[in-house]
Amino acid sequence: MGVPIQLEVNGQTVRQEVEPRLLLVHFLRDVLGLTGTKIGCDTSQCGACTVLMDGHAVKSCTVLAVQADGSSITTIEGLAQDGKYHPVQEAFWEAHGLQCGYCTPGMILSVVDLLESHPSPSEAEIREGLEGNLCRCTGYHNIVRAVQIAAEAMGK
Amino acid sequence: MTHGNGTRGIFGSAIKRREDPKLITGRAKYTDDLQLPGMAYAAILRSPFAHARIRHIDTSQALALEGVLAVFTAQDVEEAGIPGVVPVGWLLPTLKTPAHPILAKDRVRYVGDAVAVVVAEDRYTAHDALEAIQVDYEPLAAVADVRQAVEPGAPAVHEEAPDNVAFTWEIGDREGTDTAFQQAAHVAKLDIVNNRLIPNAMEPRAALADFDPATGELTLYMTTQNPHIHRLLMSLASIGLPEHKIRVVAPEVGGGFGSKIHHYVDEAIVSFASMKLGRPVKWTATRTETYQTDAHGRDHVTTAEMAIDGEGKILGVRVNTYAAMGAYLSTFAPAVPTYLYGTLLSGEYDIPHIYCHVTGVFTHTTPVDAYRGAGRPEATLVIERLVDECAHLAGMDPVELRRRNFVPPDKFPYQTQVALVYDSGNYEAALEKALEKVDYQQFRREQEEARRQGRYLGIGFSTYIEACGLAPSALVGQLGAQAGQWESAVVRVHPTGKVTVYSGSSGHGQGHETTFAQIVAAELGVPYEDVEIVEGDTEAIPHGWGTYGSRSAAVGGSAIATAARRVVDKAKKIAAHLLEAAEEDIVFEDGKFYVKGSPDQAKTLAEVSLQAYLAHNLPKGLEPALEATAFYDPANFVFPFGTHVAIVEVDPETGQVELKRYVAVDDVGNVINPLIVDGQIHGGIAQGVGQALYEGAVYDESGNLVTGTMLDYAVPKAHFLPAFETDRTVTPCPHNPLGVKGVGEAGTIASTAAVVNAVVDALRPFGVTHLNPPVTAEKVWKAIHGA
Repeated sequence: MGVPIQLEVNGQTVRQEVEPRLLLVHFLRDVLGLTGTKIGCDTSQCGACTVLMDGHAVKSCTVLAVQADGSSITTIEGLAQDGKYHPVQEAFWEAHGLQCGYCTPGMILSVVDLLESHPSPSEAEIREGLEGNLCRCTGYHNIVRAVQIAAEAMGK
Repeated sequence: MTHGNGTRGIFGSAIKRREDPKLITGRAKYTDDLQLPGMAYAAILRSPFAHARIRHIDTSQALALEGVLAVFTAQDVEEAGIPGVVPVGWLLPTLKTPAHPILAKDRVRYVGDAVAVVVAEDRYTAHDALEAIQVDYEPLAAVADVRQAVEPGAPAVHEEAPDNVAFTWEIGDREGTDTAFQQAAHVAKLDIVNNRLIPNAMEPRAALADFDPATGELTLYMTTQNPHIHRLLMSLASIGLPEHKIRVVAPEVGGGFGSKIHHYVDEAIVSFASMKLGRPVKWTATRTETYQTDAHGRDHVTTAEMAIDGEGKILGVRVNTYAAMGAYLSTFAPAVPTYLYGTLLSGEYDIPHIYCHVTGVFTHTTPVDAYRGAGRPEATLVIERLVDECAHLAGMDPVELRRRNFVPPDKFPYQTQVALVYDSGNYEAALEKALEKVDYQQFRREQEEARRQGRYLGIGFSTYIEACGLAPSALVGQLGAQAGQWESAVVRVHPTGKVTVYSGSSGHGQGHETTFAQIVAAELGVPYEDVEIVEGDTEAIPHGWGTYGSRSAAVGGSAIATAARRVVDKAKKIAAHLLEAAEEDIVFEDGKFYVKGSPDQAKTLAEVSLQAYLAHNLPKGLEPALEATAFYDPANFVFPFGTHVAIVEVDPETGQVELKRYVAVDDVGNVINPLIVDGQIHGGIAQGVGQALYEGAVYDESGNLVTGTMLDYAVPKAHFLPAFETDRTVTPCPHNPLGVKGVGEAGTIASTAAVVNAVVDALRPFGVTHLNPPVTAEKVWKAIHGA
């Protein structure tokens, strides 16, 4: 009853047979052991499970593993390159854009996608752009600052 | 730096958090990230009824599913002979304490009450099996509303409390207050609802229990703010294993806000399952489960009155509150609407007469317990709304009325009429700073002008105080706490001079690893990088009480500073011996010991530590090694205070409230790390704004939680909030070694009242005198249109 899938996860080719109902987030966490991607809700509201699928942010609780067949996935574990943090990771650290850290992987990957489409967003655009990601610790103040810092760093 | 001899500048420095690299790379391990060999998965069957009798449970179809290892019910718990109940940890003289079984036996009392547990080889199978369990329920009448629950004839939640009254409690001088009201020029009277809130830590609760039948030891990894409290209560009440056979570990914990203080049935259920199966068993709540079962906050219905004289001086405050307990008494539930609420009703004001009566009420709802601020936001909303209403009645500016009633700076320590002794404060200074930041007079002019154009701006103040860092153990014991309120710390200097600190605090996002290392680096004069902080493991740490009530810096940090100073005292003896000098002639500065006047001949802490461990040449009678333990019991609470100001604009056509500006001036004493302190304030404000404008748990007539998902319950999003403008004044705490107070709850305690006051201020032209949070567009529209 397993369905064979093949996809790229953080640059590595993965082949696996999966149950058709298996969610991508459980595939990443329970099958591949990539637990950086978090689960914060069961209604696709919180965004903790956000990953990049072919470069775009998706909520991996809302994608079946079989739907990811043939795609390229980037999780938080695959964002830093050559031991160097992505500018968005750096900016979250710099601006104290995280406290408990649970929303952070999803938040960072959403911001990566946001800055891809809006390289120099206004504060209002940042706040609107983060609509799909909930944070309960920061009041978003320093997350917004982090996005501004990252935008500036990436624009250079 | 208070001790005067630390690494210069590290205390008070806005350094980036050392916690973050593991969090921004996804390497941090939270409970659900852990996998143990042979691990099975648990799922918990929960009651769909708010009140029902369980006639029969048939688990046979669930057990027949491939991959299902076991299904346990109350009968199995009973047969195993374990105590099987979760206890309440705060007693009041009149408190009724009906048992709270870990699995419901013959009756369920709220939607979410645990009925059975499935253990299976994988998550999906465990959840499949839940649907295969047949429970024959006989639904019974339920009551979810706190006022309806105390009406005659309301369905009783527990036989032990047929009138649903869990307790009654009072504080203050009833007769004196009544007399004071007779002298009043004006009396403000408001019916105030502190809306029920759902904590929503982003990480759902989880527990991974690993019982080893060979040793009889249980290791429990769980989402906890206080591992030792969980171990104690599991040993005493729910599981009954000896305390030394239970190890509770808090891995990375994704936020708590109070909701991970309490001992829930769930960690006991998975522990029981692991003991039965001899395998590790993991349970992780779905968000739906966290909505139904994480202890909720607030849920007060209050009638509050304030009397003032003709000069605007407060004569008295009279408060009567009904506070929901929910279906069972959660761990610290009785303390929240009593000692954390009634004692705060003096606010920042010199009030000669206060009386408060509280009725704790059982309802067929999720239990209610401490949620960020716990009692103090409720009290602040009551007092700050009353002050505004009094100003309105007297035709005074609300700022002026506050000013006339502040406890003046020269009146500390100040004994309130509701038990607390405020140790220090300068309320006017924080207010002035806030007024300057918002340019108050200019705003009032703009407001006038805007009103002429049909635009409705409002400004709201919250000149708040809180009592946190609970506080002396003997006192809280007299008040009913079944726990101590001190904190432990071990500061261990290794032979090479590197330092490991073991703290009884248990952070879950607050940045303890950074701030505590800053404290120790400052105290010992060692590089910050040389200090490691260990928390959250009952096997590694002496007994500790954990992180809640904004206590970690004030109590946990004070324990660390005390232990570090004991290390210095011992090192000084060794240094004196090595330098062949008298101990009193030794100077300790920047991590070095030298004889007064001879700084060139110094011994570093590392050099002294190596000698302490080698023990070849120690002063006579001195034990080897270099470490110290402190169990720090504070002399008093700490009292952060400040002024928060909200500016809103209300759209009269839609009732929509826009929060345009938010200014916060807080006094949290000495600041260890400004970056982290500001972050705590920001997050606190957001949660209080959530209560004011967006959040509110709603039950229907049958006791169903209508706001049961993130789709139905409005956790604030980024675009709901403005950037926050923060500043502070510094009035150090006079009674702890670091002069620090608490910061975790301040923002939440202050902000709800500020925002609600701002909305009412905006709506004054419509004759609106009060609105209860959440002040939704619908409520505002109805208030404007008299609907």
